[in-house]
Amino acid sequence: MLDLTYDAPKPKTIAGATGDWELVIGLEVHAQVATAAKLFSGASTQFGAEPNSNVSFIDAGMPGMLPVINEGCVAQAVRTGLGLKAQINLRSAFDRKNYFYPDLPQGYQISQLYHPIVGEGEVLVEMGDGTARLVRIERIHLEQDAGKSIHDMDPHMSFVDLNRTGVALMEIVSRPDIRGPEEAAAYVGKLRQIMRYLGTCDGNMQNGNLRADVNVSVCRPGDYEKYQQTQDFSHLGTRCEIKNMNSMRFIQMAIDYEARRQIALLEDGKDVVQETRLFDPDKVETRSMRSKEEAHDYRYFPCPDLLPLEIEQDWVDDIASGLPELPDEKKARFIRDFGLSDYDASVLTADVDNAAFFEAAAEGTDGKLAANWVINELFGRLKKDDRTISDSPISAPRIGQIVRLIKSDAISGKIAKDVFEIAYTSDRDPEEIVETEGLKQVTDTGAIEAAVDEIIAANPAQVEKAKANPKLAGWFVGQVMKATGGKANPKAVNDLVTAKLGL
Amino acid sequence: MSIDVETARKVAHLARIRVEEEDLPALAGEFNAILGFIEQLGEVDVEGVEPMVSVTPMRLKRRDDVVTDGNQQAAVLKNAPDAREGFFAVPKVVE
Amino acid sequence: MMTDLTKLTIAGARDALRKGEVTAAELTQSYLSAIDEAGALNAFVHHTPEIAEAQAKAADARIKAGDAPDMCGIPLGIKDLFCTKGVPSQAASRILDGFRPEYESTVTTQLFDDGAVMLGKLNMDEFAMGSSNETSTYGNAVNPWRRGNDDTALTPGGSSGGSAAAVAADLCLAATGTDTGGSIRQPAAFVGITGLKPTYGRVSRWGIVAFASSLDQAGPMTKDVRDAAIMLRSMAGHDMKDSTSADLPVPDFEAALTGDIRGKKIGIPREYRMEGMPDEIEALWQQGQEMLRDAGAEIVDITLPHTKYALPTYYVIAPAEASSNLARYDGVRFGHRAKLAQGEGVTEMYEKTRAEGFGAEVKRRVMVGTYVLSAGFYDAYYNRARKVRSLIKKDFEDVFAQGVDAILTPATPSAAFELGKEVSDPVEMYLNDVFTVTVNLAGLPGIAVPTGLDRAGLPLGLQLIGRPWEEGDLLNCAYSLERAAGFVAKPARWW
Repeated sequence: MLDLTYDAPKPKTIAGATGDWELVIGLEVHAQVATAAKLFSGASTQFGAEPNSNVSFIDAGMPGMLPVINEGCVAQAVRTGLGLKAQINLRSAFDRKNYFYPDLPQGYQISQLYHPIVGEGEVLVEMGDGTARLVRIERIHLEQDAGKSIHDMDPHMSFVDLNRTGVALMEIVSRPDIRGPEEAAAYVGKLRQIMRYLGTCDGNMQNGNLRADVNVSVCRPGDYEKYQQTQDFSHLGTRCEIKNMNSMRFIQMAIDYEARRQIALLEDGKDVVQETRLFDPDKVETRSMRSKEEAHDYRYFPCPDLLPLEIEQDWVDDIASGLPELPDEKKARFIRDFGLSDYDASVLTADVDNAAFFEAAAEGTDGKLAANWVINELFGRLKKDDRTISDSPISAPRIGQIVRLIKSDAISGKIAKDVFEIAYTSDRDPEEIVETEGLKQVTDTGAIEAAVDEIIAANPAQVEKAKANPKLAGWFVGQVMKATGGKANPKAVNDLVTAKLGL
Repeated sequence: MSIDVETARKVAHLARIRVEEEDLPALAGEFNAILGFIEQLGEVDVEGVEPMVSVTPMRLKRRDDVVTDGNQQAAVLKNAPDAREGFFAVPKVVE
Repeated sequence: MMTDLTKLTIAGARDALRKGEVTAAELTQSYLSAIDEAGALNAFVHHTPEIAEAQAKAADARIKAGDAPDMCGIPLGIKDLFCTKGVPSQAASRILDGFRPEYESTVTTQLFDDGAVMLGKLNMDEFAMGSSNETSTYGNAVNPWRRGNDDTALTPGGSSGGSAAAVAADLCLAATGTDTGGSIRQPAAFVGITGLKPTYGRVSRWGIVAFASSLDQAGPMTKDVRDAAIMLRSMAGHDMKDSTSADLPVPDFEAALTGDIRGKKIGIPREYRMEGMPDEIEALWQQGQEMLRDAGAEIVDITLPHTKYALPTYYVIAPAEASSNLARYDGVRFGHRAKLAQGEGVTEMYEKTRAEGFGAEVKRRVMVGTYVLSAGFYDAYYNRARKVRSLIKKDFEDVFAQGVDAILTPATPSAAFELGKEVSDPVEMYLNDVFTVTVNLAGLPGIAVPTGLDRAGLPLGLQLIGRPWEEGDLLNCAYSLERAAGFVAKPARWW
């Protein structure tokens, strides 16, 4: 694989009254595992079902119920770990995290505190300006999601739906390597991209299938380097955790607000209190979640209903050999094999479905030209129509046809746009359109020559001007194109005009 | 290691069991008695001993990723003290 | 004729049914009548006569057709800890008032699939926490045995007190029990019946209200050892729904009952001989050793060095697991929900519901468990206890590795005591559990067999502890002991 080397981005600086400040950010991303059934029960994970209809008695925490682990969830976690170049722990174990909440029927969440299934890894986050941040992954573990409580259906009561209870989550924990709001959003975006490529999480943030707890602290320039040398976290300042963020935009806004809030406190001689906060997107501020209760004591202990999970190296190797091409690899290959620019390759590989579409379109023809058509013509049009690639009215092979028609000089680029429009709106084959509508380029030099002669003969004054100023020859080309209904091959016209005018 | 009334109160709250103020001293007393008994474990040399993780040596079995359960809203809600419109109704969290 | 039927054993009934001497319907009726007359024992707390009659009818059809497993037509009592579909399953707790599960436990499914008949649910200590059946929301179960002419009510033991009382009083042919620290073996000894706790993982826990997940195990409580072997076969087996259940074939345990234990090594652990042990118990233990020696076994002294730490270990692990397992009893989805005052929210609902719904002993254990798991104490208590548990288990492994086949100990330090008695004697309290909890901590199979009577005429039992998965051998040892002891006494009916 081509190694794409980047420079690290400069950490963001916020100027305070008493000097500059830098940000330190770590994220815990919760990704819903893409499986048919839940982590420890056979109920469905499908979104949008009637309340409490995707619920096993196990999920409902009924007396005597016991968990049984879904191998599919384990495989997806392994896949994700491999995609993040992380260590796969062949032996891992499950712990109970105990607390009381109506959408947590068992009164505990089964998670992995002491022995997670995935260990250390890393991910390269491109910032789009030629820089990229290498973010270290500390660990990934599997855990149960909780249900949903609806608080606004009744003045006195909350309504609990356990459909989501027990759905498998992967918690991906990063080291505090992220140094700015844009980096944080890009990091989440990169994780999302990788998991969508792997098929391990659909990354749907609106549905809450991907959400992040964002840890933010501020420090003085130079402190972060001290941390890097000593691994002593105290250099990084006291952090606050902003919970349950499910929008990249809000993540950036929240980090910015929180950093400034902490800076204001510190410049005022006050301490930052370590606490959990929530982001209010309407007021654009973070608020403390601290209530009159003290901090949770989760009383973690190994879940006695489960044995340690032992997976075989062979099984992991099988999964590894079946991994699809990852975004970084695909992008490098697009650059190398299709001669694309870094930018174009980034755009095309941003989403796995888009990349697949492009490759199908570029099959057996000019990659650069195909990329141009997919990015500039198709993506733009789809966005305008509020469509995604999966409901594109024109298929990848048909885009490929258009590219081939251009390359073989059958049509000009300009005519191709007309063909595209017709194919997009009428679900017709480009080759058929060119045939039926008679859009084929005129390449017959005899016919073109006749047209050129005609225009030259009819415009002696222009001929004189053009002989004096060769740039004006273009006027003749335009006239010939008009006269041929745009179907003459522009290059051929240009050559003939130049020759006939003796330029 | 002595348990005071404050600790007893905290533990009762952690366990979400209401214990009246006047009953807390007795509860603290019970904790202390049991703790005193458990302290004996401190005598044992556990150097290098692995904590028991599973009682008998078996391998954790895994099931296939297939939907085999659910689709039983009525049964799930059957025993609920207060079920409404398919949901479990509970009093709100009072901040 | 009717009274005779209730005196049958499973093996005897099995015979009689196949010979056509009796029908399952008749058998069931005789027990239903016996139950109706035995309200004073408070053993059966939920009655299921219609279910029983329907099951008996189906059983008769199967027996006629010649397709009848051993347990077919056998009327049983089911401990209230088992979830039985559509039938109250409350773990003898107010917090599960009105709970009728929409699912059936694996154990009862297997028993009923084999044609067994459910007469009703049996009394027990609340959430299986107790040794005297005095913490039940249904009130105490009463031992059918009395001290001679003394009509003081005695405990049948716990937590499976109702199961023990019912079997001893011939209110059912056998009963299911569960054992976390001795809750099958101790009550069995107190009422003069046989009680078996299988190897941990031998019987599925799915659908049994959980107390301490790494210690709980269901088992048969029967009139004799052969019955225990027959019933265990029906109850046992791997269950994919229970991740701690063992994927091992279930042998024909009854076939192991040869009565031949020549050359078997029986270990006598010195740490089980306590200062101040009542002389009757010491004598019983000696007699047991002689009986086994006479049957051809070799009696050897053994040491289980960490025995004295078994109780503190148990008192950390069991409450800790229970505190987590009982968190689901919160008034949200089933069972009791407290009435709230104006302005009270969900936290008050939890606190009041659990304060009202749990009895004192359960509350105590849940809170102790919460404490030992709480921040700062995990290493000192729970983690340390798990390490000591490993050492306790290793004690047994070492002994078995030396060629010991089974271990003989008393089952209890005394006969059944009176209900309402404060157990204040520390030695007695200590001994009460130390004979039995080691077996749960090590995950081994253990069985209590009645072998004698005390001065007051109350039954006394001995315990045999076996190798993991070797219930067949263990039952055979117990069978030899039972035959040698010749215990046939039954309680004089006063109810």
